This record gives sequence, structure tokens and C-alpha cells, in this order.
Amino acid sequence: MSFIDIRGLKKSFGATTVVHDFDLSVERGEFISFLGPSGCGKTTILRMIAGFESVTAGSIAIAGKEISRLPPAGRDVGMVFQAYALFPNMTVAQNIAFGLRVAKKSAAEIRTRVAEMLDLIKLPALGDRYPYQLSGGQQQRVALARAIAVKPQVLLLDEPLSALDAKIRVSLREEIRSLQKELGITTIFVTHDQEEALSMSDRIVVLADGRTEQIGSPFEVYNWPRTRFVASFVGTLNLLAAEVIDADAGTLRIDGLSVATVGPIRGRVAGDRVTVALRPEAVTLGPAGGDRADLPGTVEEVSFLGAVVRIRVRLGEQTVSIDGFNQPKVALPAKGDDAVLRFAREDLLVLEGDG
Amino acid sequence: MKKPTFGPWLAVILGAAYFLIPLIATVEFSMRMKRGEYSFEAYRVVLGDPRFQESLAYSVVLALVTIVIGVLLVVPTAYWVQLRLPKLRPVVEFVTLLPLVIPAIVIVFGYLRMYNSQSWLPLTDSRRGTDLLLAFGYVTLALPYLYRSIDTGLRAIDVRTLTEAAESLGAGPMTILFRVIFPNIRSAILSGAFLTFAIVIGEFTFAALLDRPAFGPYLQLVGANRAYEPAALAIIAFVVTWACMGLIQVFGAARGAASKT
Repeated sequence: MSFIDIRGLKKSFGATTVVHDFDLSVERGEFISFLGPSGCGKTTILRMIAGFESVTAGSIAIAGKEISRLPPAGRDVGMVFQAYALFPNMTVAQNIAFGLRVAKKSAAEIRTRVAEMLDLIKLPALGDRYPYQLSGGQQQRVALARAIAVKPQVLLLDEPLSALDAKIRVSLREEIRSLQKELGITTIFVTHDQEEALSMSDRIVVLADGRTEQIGSPFEVYNWPRTRFVASFVGTLNLLAAEVIDADAGTLRIDGLSVATVGPIRGRVAGDRVTVALRPEAVTLGPAGGDRADLPGTVEEVSFLGAVVRIRVRLGEQTVSIDGFNQPKVALPAKGDDAVLRFAREDLLVLEGDG
Repeated sequence: MKKPTFGPWLAVILGAAYFLIPLIATVEFSMRMKRGEYSFEAYRVVLGDPRFQESLAYSVVLALVTIVIGVLLVVPTAYWVQLRLPKLRPVVEFVTLLPLVIPAIVIVFGYLRMYNSQSWLPLTDSRRGTDLLLAFGYVTLALPYLYRSIDTGLRAIDVRTLTEAAESLGAGPMTILFRVIFPNIRSAILSGAFLTFAIVIGEFTFAALLDRPAFGPYLQLVGANRAYEPAALAIIAFVVTWACMGLIQVFGAARGAASKT
């Protein structure tokens, strides 16, 4: 049995259901990210695990114990909030000690643990400061220390990096991940930032409209999105409307041009409308031929972005963006030039759902 | 170059004169007890009067009791409304405004009918019972000020997130209320407490009709029978009230400084 086992979780507010039959199994020590846009239900699921929202239906078990009806204080779950939520009337050390005092630990034990935590978050000299005397990044590190000081079974992080500036966000996400690995604490992280989810997680749960779109490793989710939503939300993808010519042979028609994928197209028959996805970095421009698929088109726009050059090519009614590294010795195509898109057949993904 | 504007200054001078002239006149009159010279004789007489000391001490104790009961009633109520029942806020605000609309004399007659010796809870049967009834009455009178002050303090902090953070660390409702909420709205509570103090110290109707030896009835008694002492008493009451206002400002400024980031 998994360490965290969520089955058939549902949340409704009146007639509106915001989480539909959510299932998830999390292994001990895993780092899971809930990724999705605002209103997709990711924070609601996290709050149901923490006990701040009641469960309409379904179950949540941690280490085999059903917790969905327990009050938050009885769940042994630590939480870090987007707005830090440090107690303004307490110093950094008192904030970290709060949970330990509530648990009635001895003064010596509290002192030792607080010192450990301050070392862990690399703020050993700031124990006597008040939250308003710290930067946002320091406050969030203290919030993290406070949450893990009581050694919870599960750590929940509700968009903890959203309120920080870009540079701090990157360094803090690396710190969080390394702390999580060091402590081996099972962690669920909520974010709407795909880069955060991709860089930190063991697995990502992509959510949309209260439903799971895909669960997989960052590599899987990025490279093999299963649905149109995942394809469009995670990274930048070219989404193209296509028609199945021969499902068994894996051939498709895109804007009147025939192209083949690798292997058969499952669950489809000839004439079906489908959506195919193609990563911009998986496409190059070059002469037709060889074992790569190719599609002829016309260069519509060339954008120089520094390290990357983005070229947009029109294929009949649709366009495809191509991202390539800037190579000063290679001449860029001009607007209106004929071009041939080349890509490996396995990079052309047929997505689930209607085309 | 900007033209000098006399209009606003004229308004300030007229306003200041409206408030200050009677005050200065009262101070001046209170110091004329001894013929032909200014002295603090009236203040000496008033401050030396055992009834002054007793009535002031009684009102101070009652004000403190009122503050304790009021804070223990209003903080959890306002906290709970903000946290769990935000839709009830207009209703609670309306209820807390009622003491401003209903005259004190109506409230006290209501109390006398409800808690007289023939009632199911005969509070007026004993002095301690009547004192308690008076304290409850003062809590009612102070409710509009106390509630608003505390509610403003609660709105200035993120009550929900702080509560959830404490809950996730294993804290129960009492721990959250007394170790997280109360300390973070301390200056708001103190502002409400000083307003309550000022109201209770000068209150007359409740204390007179419940026949309790408070400072308000003493003021009225002295005013009806003496010439210079009432003026001295008015100035003393004025100083007490302004001291309370000053303390509100001091704690308000402290709150502003503490919340700076």
C-alpha cells in the first residue's frame, strides 16, 4: 500500500463540483507536484489533505490511517503557505518552536531542535529577529523550518515561491528540493509554474477543471503529454489539427500533407479528426529526405531571442513554431522563403480526446 | 508663487476657539476658589474628598471588569465571524450598533424589569449582583467602539492563514486564540479598552438608575451643590479622557511601526 492513498476524492461547493473523483498514490519520500492553472482544484485538494476543507466524498489515508475526518491538528501534516503565515508577534526562534511547544516538548529539546532548524535553513544568527525584519525568501525558509520542526509525516507546500522575486524563487526551489531529499519527507507541492514543477518533482499531477489530466515524471509529462491541455500547459507545443488516413500504419494528413507517426494510432479509425503535438525544439529546417518526417511550408516570421531563434512556418491553414539555438555562422531564412520542417516520427504525438 | 490662503486658517482658528475658550474659561473658573488669587484649592478639595476617591476607584474597577468581559466576549466573536461566518458580519455589526440607537435609559429600565428581585435572575437583589449588572450594561454601551476597534485589528492581520498555520502545527482553538490572535491584535484591543475606560468613567444614567456609587453620579452631585469643584472635576475628567486618547495614539503608532516591513 502507498504511503499516501487518495481515493475518489470529491469536493463540491453547493451545486458546483470543483474536484472530481481524484485518485493518487504517493510513495514515502516522494516529491509530488500538483500543476495547473488557477481554479483547477490543486489548492483545494491540498487543503483537503491538510484538513482545512471538508471532503464531500472519497478517502485520504496516510500510512494506512484514514484522516479525512480528522481535524487539521490531528493529521500530523506540516504546511507552508504562499503568504508565509509566520506569527508576527513571535521571533524566528519562537515561530519555529511553536509546534514543539504545542506538543509539550521539553525546553532543552525545543532549544536543540530550533538550533538544528536554524542551521538547516542557513539562518543560525537570525533566531531573535521578528518576521518583519526578514526578506521574503528568509521568511519562507523560516516557515519551512517551522513546518518541519515537528517532524510531520507529510509536508504540504501551497505555492510557497509565488510571492518571491524570480532569482530568489530559483535558489529557494533548489534549497527546498535538497532539504526534502536530505530529510526524506513525503512532499506535495502546489504550483502553477511548470518550470518549478518540472525542476523539483519526482512526479507531476497535471490538473484542469478539477480533474487529473496526467500523472507522470517531469520527463514523461513534458515529452509525452497525453491530452491537448497538458500539451498546451506544460512547455510550448505546436498543436495541429490532423485527420487519420490509416490508423494501423500511423499515417495522418495535416493541411493536405501526408505524414507518418511511429506505430499505429490506437483507438482511431481512418477519417477521425485528431490533434497532434510537436515540440518546437524537436523540429529543424532542412532538405527533404532521409528517415525523418518532413512537411513543406513557407517562413512567416523569424524572431531573434538571443540564445534561441524562433521561426514560424505556415503549412496551409496552420503554423508551426521552431526553436533552434542561435548559430552566428548559419544564415537565418527570410520571411517568405520556402522551408521544409523535419522531425523524428516519434516526436509527432497524437493526443487523447477530440481533435 | 503660491498665494497665502487665509480661509483654512480662519476655519482652524474658529474651530480651536470654539473648543478652547470654554475649556480655558472652565480652568480659569476652577482656579478662582480663593478670593483675589488663582489657586488649585478646588482641585485640592476635590482630590481630598473621600467620596471622589471612592467613586473614582469604583468606576476604575468597574471599567477594568467591563474591559475584561468585553474583550473576552468580542474578540472570540469577531474572530469567529471573520474566520467562519463572514456572511453574518452585517448582522453582527448591526447588533453592535444598537446601543448607539437605543437610549441608555431604555436599556437600564429593561434591565430593571428583567433582573429585579421578582425575576428568574434577581441580580438587583444584592450589591455585587447589581455591580455585575452594571458591568454588563457598560459592556453593552462600549460594544460599538470595542467591536469596531477589534474588528479593524483582525482585518489588519491574515486571520485565516495564521489560524491554519497554527492548526497545522497541532494547536487547538484556545492556543490559537490566546497565543496567536490576542497578541497580534493587542494594540486594537488596547484602543478599544481605552475607549471603554473613557466611556465608563463618565457614565451617569446606568449608575444613577441602578443606584451605584460611580464617578458619574458623584460628578452630578457635586455639580448640583458646589460652585468651583464641579469645574475642577470637569477638568480632571477631561484630562483622564484625553490621557486615554493619547494612549490610543501611542499604541496605534506602535502598531504601525511594528507592521513595517
